[in-house]
Formats: sequence, C-alpha cells, structure tokens
Amino acid sequence: MNLDFSDDQKFLQAEAKKFLEKENSVNRSRNVLDTDQNVDEELWSKIVELGWTGIRIPEEYGGLGLGHLELCVIAEELGRYLAPVPFSSSVYLFTEAIIKYADEEIKKEILPKLISGEIVGTLAVTEDFHAPSKENIITEVSSELVNGKKIGVPDAEVSTHSILVTKSANGINLRLIDHAHQSVIIEHQQNIDESRGHFSIECNDTPSKLIGGETNGWELYESIINQAAVLFSFEQIGGSQASLDMSINYAKERYAFGRPIGSFQAIKHKLADMYVALTLAKSNSYYAAWALSTESSDLPTASATARVSATKAFQLCSKENIQTHGGNGYTWEYDCHLFYKRSKLLSVNIGSLSNWKEKLVSSLEQSNIN
Amino acid sequence: MDFNDTPEQAEFRKTCRKWLEDNAKLKSGNQVEDFANIDFLKAGKDWQKKKYDAGWAMLHWPKEYGGIAASAIERIIWSEEESKFSVPRGIFEIGLGMCGPVMMEYASEEQKSRYLPPMAEGSEIWCQLFSEPSAGSDVAGLRSKAVQDGDKWIINGQKVWTSGAHFSDYGILVVRHDPNLDKHKGMTFFFVDMKSPGIEVKPIKQITGGSSFNEVYFTDVVIPDSQRLGEIGDGWKVAITTLMNERLAVGDANGADAEEAFKWAKNQDDSGEPLINNKSARASIAEWYCEANGLKNTKLRTMSALSKGETPGPEASITKIVSANKLQDIGNFGIDSLDMAGMLKPDDSEVQSFHNAWLGAPGLRIAGGTDEILKNVIAERVLGLPQDPRADKNIAFKDIPSGNS
Repeated sequence: MNLDFSDDQKFLQAEAKKFLEKENSVNRSRNVLDTDQNVDEELWSKIVELGWTGIRIPEEYGGLGLGHLELCVIAEELGRYLAPVPFSSSVYLFTEAIIKYADEEIKKEILPKLISGEIVGTLAVTEDFHAPSKENIITEVSSELVNGKKIGVPDAEVSTHSILVTKSANGINLRLIDHAHQSVIIEHQQNIDESRGHFSIECNDTPSKLIGGETNGWELYESIINQAAVLFSFEQIGGSQASLDMSINYAKERYAFGRPIGSFQAIKHKLADMYVALTLAKSNSYYAAWALSTESSDLPTASATARVSATKAFQLCSKENIQTHGGNGYTWEYDCHLFYKRSKLLSVNIGSLSNWKEKLVSSLEQSNIN
Repeated sequence: MDFNDTPEQAEFRKTCRKWLEDNAKLKSGNQVEDFANIDFLKAGKDWQKKKYDAGWAMLHWPKEYGGIAASAIERIIWSEEESKFSVPRGIFEIGLGMCGPVMMEYASEEQKSRYLPPMAEGSEIWCQLFSEPSAGSDVAGLRSKAVQDGDKWIINGQKVWTSGAHFSDYGILVVRHDPNLDKHKGMTFFFVDMKSPGIEVKPIKQITGGSSFNEVYFTDVVIPDSQRLGEIGDGWKVAITTLMNERLAVGDANGADAEEAFKWAKNQDDSGEPLINNKSARASIAEWYCEANGLKNTKLRTMSALSKGETPGPEASITKIVSANKLQDIGNFGIDSLDMAGMLKPDDSEVQSFHNAWLGAPGLRIAGGTDEILKNVIAERVLGLPQDPRADKNIAFKDIPSGNS
C-alpha cells in the first residue's frame, strides 16, 4: 500500500518549490497582470531550461521520458506559485495530445521543439458563450483547410501552434495548425485573470494536419481532458494550500478586539472548512494520479472525482482567503485576488464544476452498466 | 504509487482471511447493531471470545495480555478483512479503544494482568464515565466529587451519555477532588467496578427511540486508592490520553453512502423518469461520491505512512465531520425522494437505511466531539491557530461562572 509519491518525486517537487519561490513567481504573475504582457517570458524560458516541458516526452524524441507522477508534483507547485506561463495549455493539453494521438512524422517534427521551447501549443475548443459539445462545434474543415473562430483560448498568443476541435464531413476531429500561417488571426480577449492571456483564433482556409482519427475527435478530446483534469487538480490543490497558508498567517498576525482574529471560532471554523475541502481534494488527486500513471480503467471516474473536489477546494479557499483578510483582501495590493482569479481560470478551463459533476455521474453509470 | 501489500503484509492478510472464512460469514446487506438487544450482546461476547482464543481480539497488544504484538499496519489489515464479514462488532469499541490504552499506560502490572485479558476476551465490558450534565464539550467542567478517606475515595455526582453502562462491568472515571484548585488541576482519574453499591444506571431514550447510553448516578460510592490511575491531580492529563484515543476510535459514520444513494436513484421514480436523470440529484450524488472517496483515499494515505513506518499526518482528523454530515444529507435525500410518502416507515431495507441515517446522524455529529469542537481541534492543533481567551483559567474551579448561581 503506497498512495504517496516516491522520494525522487518528492525531491523534484521540493526543487520546483525552491525554484518558483526564488523566482518570485507570485510577483511575476502580478506583474503580468499589471502590464500588457501575456506571459512571463523569462520565467518560461527558465522552466524550459529546467526540462519541465519535456518531462513526459519519450527519450527517443529527446525528452526525459518520465511518467505523469513527476508532472503532478510540478503542477502542484506551479499552482501554489501562480506561475504566469502557458504550462497547462502546452504541456498538459497540447503535448499530451501529440504524444497520444499524432502520427510519427508529426511527433518527430513537433516533440523535440516542444522540449526546446521553439514550439508552444494550446488547445482550442470553445466557439460561443456556452459549453462546447459534440453537437455544437461549427469550425469546419474540408480538404485539410480550417474555417471558423475559436474564442477564450488560453495562451494562444504566446503559442506557436494549436490543436483545434473541428467538424468535417466525417465527424469531429482534432486539427493541428501553425499560428505563423498568414491565414490565422489571433486577437486578445479581456478575461478575469490577465496573468494568463485569453485569445480568439480565427482561421480562414488555414492548412491543418489531422491528429488522431477522422471521426472520433470528440472522444479523443474527452480523453485528453480526462488526463489533464488530474494535472489541473494538482495546480488547484497547490493554489488551495497557498490560500489557506495566507489565511492562517494573517489570522495569527491580525488583531481585533484585543486578540488575534484566528482565536475567534468564526475564523477557526472557516479555516477548518478550508482544510477539510483541501484534504479531500488532495487525497482524491493522489488517487487520480495513480489512475493516470497506471492507465487504470478507473481514470474517467477518478479524474472527475479529483477535478470536482479540487475545483471546490480552490474556489472555497481562495474566496474565504479574501474574507479572512477583510478589506485588505479586497485590495489590488494584497495577493488574495490573484488566487481568486486563478481559481476561476483553473475551474473553467477544461470545463466548469457542474460539467464535471455530470461527467462523474455519467462515468459511474458507465462503469455500473459494464 | 501502488495498492499492493508487501509480501509480508500479503501473507498476514491471507492468514487473517483464512481464519475469518473458517469462523464467520461474508457480509450481505446492511446489518443494524442494537445495544438494547441482549442476544446481540451475547453474540458480541461469543465473537470476541473466539477472536481472543485465536489471538485476534487485541492483536496489537503484547502477548502477555492476549495480543500478538501486531504492527499498526497489521492491525488495519485485520480490521479491513474483519469488516467484510458479518460479525457483531461495536460493543467493545469504547472499552478496547479507550479504556484499554489508559489501563495499559497507567495501571499497575498486577492490575494489567488482572483486567486486560478479560477485557480483550470480552468477558468483562468497560465503559467511559467522563461527560456530565454541566460538562459536555467542556469535559473539564465536570463537578462529580471525590473525597479521600484513608486508603479509599468516596464518590458523589452524576455522569451522562455513558454508552453501554447498562451492560458494563467496569468503567474509567474522572472526578473533581478539589474545587479550590484551578479547573484543570483539581481532577483525579480512577477505574471503578460498575457493580459497586451506590451506582445507579438509568437508560436515556434517544431520538431513535432506542437507548444505547445512560445516566449514571454515584451516591457514596467507595473506590480503593489502588484503583487511582495517575497521580492525584493528574486527572485531566490522563483524560486527554483517553480522548486522543477516542478520536482515533470514532471514525467513519456507518450507513447509507454515495453508492447507496446512486443505486437508489437509478430505481426510484421521479415524475415518470428515474430519479438519476434529475440534474439536482446528480449534482448531489457527485458531491457525496467525492466526499466518500476523499475519505477513503485519505485513509489510504494514512495507511501508506504507517506501512512505511512513518507517522501519519493529521489528515484523518477530517473523517467524522465529513462522514456524519454526509450521512445526514443522504438520509434526507432518500426520504425526500419519496415525496409525500417520505413520512412512512415501510418494511423496506433501503428506505430504512435512509431513516436510520437521518435519525442517527445528528447523534454522530455530537458523539466523541461535536462538529464545532472538532473544527476547533483542526484549527488549533493542525493549523496552529491560537486558543480562544478563556474565562476559566488561573481561577479556582469553584469561582468559575457556571450560569447556575
């Protein structure tokens, strides 16, 4: 029985923590938010230098060939320090899709450049102000040319490529496009957490390459999302822990009515609730990490369970962190809002809480029928 | 990460399993434990005796007291396997989980040899006499008096919520020997023969209609000084040892869980459709499933630490808060799903499990530390937040405001 990370994985996590702490990652996130930047280029290139973009890429393509567990521990630290980099888009979504579903030629072309940072990718699904589904995708592809517009795509402007969920005469499929092509128009869209830019991607007869099958694109997309949900969960528990830690420190230092506010049960119980939510999320994420790393048939249920718990935990911890800080928590100056905003980004990227609850019950029904 | 036993653990599990298969039946369906049922008591004692004779009763205890000196992880493996079988557990939880460890730590060698083996064997049942009418969450507010008289003590007062007192042979007892001292310094700890003259046990009828706990009255009860556990004035320190063990003993709330709610919703009608198609039912089931698995996986993390010989983190402290509240909500969900017929108590085991959950959960949210006390414990002991300012410190106990004067 060992539902825990190995000593090597814990060492990697400690190193990641040290690095992001030293690099002042939270301040960098604030800085991106305060300026017109969409990424912290310097931090991103240091992350590339550390080899994190190649963790999961097989050695034959120049990567480290490590498993998902190594990615999980890094994700937790990126979440804790709000790293303003396109890691989730490029590594959890784009890279994983290429590793899993691209043909050999594309892998040889793309994977080495993902490691070196020459290529950064993202995944584009949403087209309108509602949840995307198999039925409502209208971005079209015919004769390999894509036409249509995706919106709310995280990190698109700092990405060189993206994978689009598209519709062809044969069904839903995944299409790789190169942002350098003149037919691609990428425009910034205002969003809640400007430490990670969101963009529209418009394609006008844009050449594309098929990733995976002609007809089963939606299933492939769901499978990518099910994997990525585990990694998102780790970012969310990292962010939850950071929010809880901030609240604890403030509750010990801040005095009101002649005593630290942390001595009032109203605050104690609030923080205990945060701890409970975080602990449930963490334990479920550990189990999902196991399911992901072993390609267990339980992955759809395990990842949805982790995702729902982690989304709930980060939403609770980040909003109650503001509340614990009182008026200060509502100011731009304090960091509380950075976590609050990131919690929303992480909770709607790859689908909202209610969608994941639905996925969870659907997967229970599936596993019960089989 | 893996869920495999080490070869030694697998071997141990096989041994447990083999003995259980030879001596008990695998579980089918929910079995309700009822303390008032004398046959259940006899069945419990018989099962305990069987286990004792084979060394399983208190397997982590030293051999001289009837155990096999098993490790923490072996104890969990045994418990996991035993819980898959239909056996009458529960009667001995307080005695073995709380009284046993205190006797082990504070009783004399002679007393341990006399009392521990029958306790493990189940031939003598123990209860815990802590709470009082004016001392619930604030256990240290207790007022029952102990007056020393040579080599014995005279006890007067009242205890309450004493589970199993009506069938117990012995009890552990904390009382106030000096109200002029500070609250936490004026208490002393004993064990007492429940058949002593002057002890009167009165069952308390609970909201379920059943009675598993009691009021216990002490009138001039004599306890020999040799049955004192710890020094005079150390009562609180000894009680804390017990309460720590209680927190480990009172864990997951048994009863209808996410899985049961899910199965129920698949078959229950909701305006011509299965209830599982109802969006709000689906959202609730998803949340309970996340909580149930969060607790299960938290337990696996604790076991992982024990398995590696490490000290587990504080994560298990969330168990009772989460599970008792979940149980209450699931009971409520099941009853509400019957709409206007929800008031009825049909002869249907699933419906009964929702009624049991709904009526049992309020008790579980209080027993062994209320939700509120447990949140204080998490906040203070796990998160390191400061204690509340106290109106009952550095003052003689008799001068502490009690609302009665």
